[in-house]
Amino acid sequence: MNTILKTSHLNKVYRLGGLFNRIRINALDDVNLTIESDAPAIISIVGESGSGKTTLAKVLLRLVSPTSGSALVYDRLIAGKGEKPSNREFFSTLQPIFQNPFEAFSGYRTVDSYLFETAVRVARLSKTDAVDAMAEALRLVGLDYRDVRGKYPNQFSGGELQRVSVARALIPHPKIIIADEPVSMIDASLRMNVINLFLSLKEEFQRSFLYITHDLATAYYISDYIGVMYRGCIVEFGDARTILSDPRHPYTQLLIASIPQVGQKWEVRKMALADIEAKEFQFEGCRFYNRCPIAGDRCLVERPSATSLTDGRDVYCHFA
Amino acid sequence: MKMNIRLKIGLVILAIFTLGSLILPFFMKVDPSRQGSYPKNLPPSLEHPLGTNSLGQSIFWFLVIAIRNSLMLGVSVSCVTTLMAGITGLVAGYVGGWLDRVLTALMDTFIAIPAFPILIVLSTLVRGQTSFWLVGVILVFFGWPWSARTVRSMALSIREREFISMARFSGASMLQVVSQEVFPYVYTLLVVAFIDAILWVTTTEAALAVIGLSKVEVPTLGSIIFWALSYNALFTRQYTWVLAPVVATIILFLGIFLTSTGYNQMYATRRGHS
Amino acid sequence: MIRLNNIVATYTTVRGQVDAVDGVNLTIPDGKIVGVAGESGCGKTTLLKVIYGDLLYPLALRQGSVEYEIDTVSGRQVTSRNIKDYWFKYISYIPQSSMSSLNPVVRVCKQFFDFLPVGQRTDNTLAEIREYVRSLDLPPEAIDAYPHQLSGGMRQRIMVAMATFFKPEIILADEPTTALDVVVQKGILMLLMDIQAKMNNTILFVSHDMGVHYQITHKMLIMYAAKAVEFGDSEDIFRAPLHPYTKMLIESLPLIGDDRVRTGIVGRPPSLWEDLHGCRFAPRCPLVTELCRIQEPALIEHKPGYFVACHYAGNTYQKNEIAMQ
Repeated sequence: MNTILKTSHLNKVYRLGGLFNRIRINALDDVNLTIESDAPAIISIVGESGSGKTTLAKVLLRLVSPTSGSALVYDRLIAGKGEKPSNREFFSTLQPIFQNPFEAFSGYRTVDSYLFETAVRVARLSKTDAVDAMAEALRLVGLDYRDVRGKYPNQFSGGELQRVSVARALIPHPKIIIADEPVSMIDASLRMNVINLFLSLKEEFQRSFLYITHDLATAYYISDYIGVMYRGCIVEFGDARTILSDPRHPYTQLLIASIPQVGQKWEVRKMALADIEAKEFQFEGCRFYNRCPIAGDRCLVERPSATSLTDGRDVYCHFA
Repeated sequence: MKMNIRLKIGLVILAIFTLGSLILPFFMKVDPSRQGSYPKNLPPSLEHPLGTNSLGQSIFWFLVIAIRNSLMLGVSVSCVTTLMAGITGLVAGYVGGWLDRVLTALMDTFIAIPAFPILIVLSTLVRGQTSFWLVGVILVFFGWPWSARTVRSMALSIREREFISMARFSGASMLQVVSQEVFPYVYTLLVVAFIDAILWVTTTEAALAVIGLSKVEVPTLGSIIFWALSYNALFTRQYTWVLAPVVATIILFLGIFLTSTGYNQMYATRRGHS
Repeated sequence: MIRLNNIVATYTTVRGQVDAVDGVNLTIPDGKIVGVAGESGCGKTTLLKVIYGDLLYPLALRQGSVEYEIDTVSGRQVTSRNIKDYWFKYISYIPQSSMSSLNPVVRVCKQFFDFLPVGQRTDNTLAEIREYVRSLDLPPEAIDAYPHQLSGGMRQRIMVAMATFFKPEIILADEPTTALDVVVQKGILMLLMDIQAKMNNTILFVSHDMGVHYQITHKMLIMYAAKAVEFGDSEDIFRAPLHPYTKMLIESLPLIGDDRVRTGIVGRPPSLWEDLHGCRFAPRCPLVTELCRIQEPALIEHKPGYFVACHYAGNTYQKNEIAMQ
C-alpha cells in the first residue's frame, strides 16, 4: 500500500507582535492525517480563512518549514527528521497549481517557456522530446500546442491559463498534484471544466490530487477523502461522501448549513459570530468552543483528540 | 511603446550634447585648455561663437571639451554604480538572510554618510594631487547604495510572488530564477538609476570644481565656473564666460531629468499590465 | 420603481472606447430583492454604477437614462444625472471590500456622521446610531472601534448598517459578501433580508454566485457580455430557465448530495473590443442556428414580468449535443 499522505504531529507556529506583545498563532496544530491507498485518490482539505489549509499546502510544497512534526507524500519525507529527497526527486513526485492563474506566470515570459523548462530541467528530456511532451500535456488538458505557443499570460482567460498550469504540472509525471484553491478565481461557468479535468486525470492517468478549497460543493463532487479544518486543527476527516452527507462535527454541520445552494433554501437560525482570531488560536480547549451549539465544560479545557467512528472517519469532538 | 513628449525632448537634448561632445572635437584646431591661444576677452563673433576668456581660450571649444569630460565621468561612474547596485540589490533582496543584513547595513551606512562634506574634506587633503579619476572612484563609493535599496525592495516583493514558486518547481536554479524571473522587473529601475546617477555625478563634480576642489586643470563644467569666478568674470562683465557653463549645465540637467522621468512614465503604465 | 431606458455605458481607455453595458431596457419593481448575475466582464458592476449615478471619467452614460420616482418635495423627476443629491437618503450603496471603504484612522461612529450634512447633525444623532446598530443585533461597542480592530464580517455588517441608517428606498449592493467566508456570508445576507422585509425597500444585489441569488432574491437579471439576457422571478428562473446560458450555468453547479455529472460551458465570453454581430452567446450555444449569428435577439416578454433575449427561448437541447473539449 502506498502512503499517499501522512502527517504526524505537524505544527506551524507564527509569532506576531513586537518584543513585549508577542502572540503565538498555531497555524497548524498537531495535524495528523493518514491516507494509504494503492489507487490514486483526490483528497480535499476544506476550511475557511484562517483554518490552516493553505499553510498545510505550503508545508507540503516545502515553501514553508513546519515548527515540528513530520510529513510524507508518496513515501517520501517532505518535512521532519530524516533523509529528504533531492530537488529533482521532489519535483517529480509533487507539483503545484496555484490559486491565481495570472500570478502564476511572469508577465514578461511566454507561458510555454515554463512548460519547456519543466520538461528540460525536471523531466530531463532532450529539446525535441520536450516539445513532444509539452504538446501531449496540453492535449491532455484540452488545449492545442499551436494555440499556446509564443503567447503571454494576458492573452488567455483564467480558465485556459489554469489548464496550462495543470499541463505544466503534468509534464514530470508527478504522483500527486497539490492544488491550492485552483478554481476560486475562475468564472463559474468555466470552473467545472477544470474540476472535471482533475477527475479525468485521476481516473485515466492515475494522478492523485490534494485539493485545497473552501467550496464544499466541488469538494463533494470529486473527492474521495475530505479533511475539514478549523483554526489549525483537523475537526473531521474521512470518506468525502459520508462526511458531507452526514456530518458529525458541529463545525462541519455549520459549514454545510451555510452554503448557499441552488434548490435548497436556508434554515433560518441564529449563528454565533467568530471571535477575534488571535484569541481563538490560543485557546486551551476546543477551538470551536465559543461558537459550538453543543459545547460542554469538558470542551473548555480539553482539546478533543480523534475519535474513530465505525464508518471509518475521524471526528475531533467530545460529543460526536 | 509610445514615447511620451517628455522622453522625446529629453532624448533630443541628450543626443545633442553627447553627439556634439563626441563629434565636434574633430573640428578643433587648437587644444582649448591651452592658455593664450587667442586674444583675451573677445566678445562673441563668428570666429569665436562665445568669445574668449581672460586666459585667452575660446569659450565655445572649452565648453565642448568640458561637456565631454563631464559626461564621460558621469557615464563611466554610472555604469559602475548601476552594476554594483543591481547585483547587491538583487542578492540582498532575493537571497535574504544574513547576507541581506550585511549588505543592507553597508548600504545604509553609505547612505547615511553625507557624501559632499566627505568629498570636500578628501579633496582639501589631496589638493592638487587629485587625479580626475580618483574623484570618480570616490563618487562610486557614495553613489551605489541609493539605487541598490530600490532594487532590493523590488526583489523582496517579487520574491513572494507565485510565479517564482512556479519557476522553482519548473526546476530553475537560484541563478536562473534571479536572472529570468526577477531581473525583468528590476530592469526598468536600473535604467532610471543609471540616468539619475549620471545626473548626480556631473552635478557633484561641477559643485566640487566650482569651489576649486576637483582637478581644475581638466576642463569640466564646474571648472569653467571656477576659473571664471577666479578671474572675477562677473565683476568684469564677462557674462558669457560664466553664463555659458551655467546654461549648459541647466540644459544638460533638464535633458537627463526629462529622459529619466519620461522613461519612468512610459514604463509605469506598462508595469501595470505585467 | 427604477426605469432603465436603453442604457449604454462606455469606458474610455487608451485602447479606445468599450461599451460595458450595451442597451439595457428594463423596469425594476419596488420592494423586492433583485439579483444581478453574470460573470466577469458581463457589465453588472457597471450597471450598478450607472444606477447609483457614480459616473466619473472614464465611465460615461453615452446613451439612455435611468428614471426613478418623482421627488415629492421638489416635484422633479429624479434621474441618474441628479441622483447625487439623493445619496444615502433615497439610495445607498454597499461596496465589495469594506476595508478600503472605511477610513482606517477614524473611528466607525464618526464615519456615520459623514453621511449627514453638518447642519442636520444633532446631539441625538450618536444615540440614534447606537440604537440602530443595536437593533440590528450588532454589538454596540463595535462603532467605537477603529476599522482594523473589527473582523471582515463585522466591518461589512457595519457597512450595511451605514447604508441603511437613513432607511433609503433603494440599496445597491456590489458583491458585498464575495470576499467573506460562507458562515459570515450567511449572517450578512440574513441581515439584509431582514432589513428588506422590515423596510420594504428595493435591494439590487450584484453577485456571480448563483447559490446566493437562489437564497435571497425575488427577481433576477442575468447579464452576458454587456447585454441583459433574462429577467424575471427568481423562482421561475431557477425552476425552468429559458435562456440557454442561464440553463447551462445553473446546471454546471455541483450540489452536495447530488451525484449527477456536471459540465462547464465551453469557450469563453466574447471580447467587447471586437465588432459583435448577432447573439453574443452564439459561439457557445448548443441551440445556435444561422439566425442567431446574424440577428441579435431582443429582450421579449414571454409571460407577464418574465423577459428573455433568445430566438429559441425555452427549447431543450440534448446534453451530448454540446461539444466537449
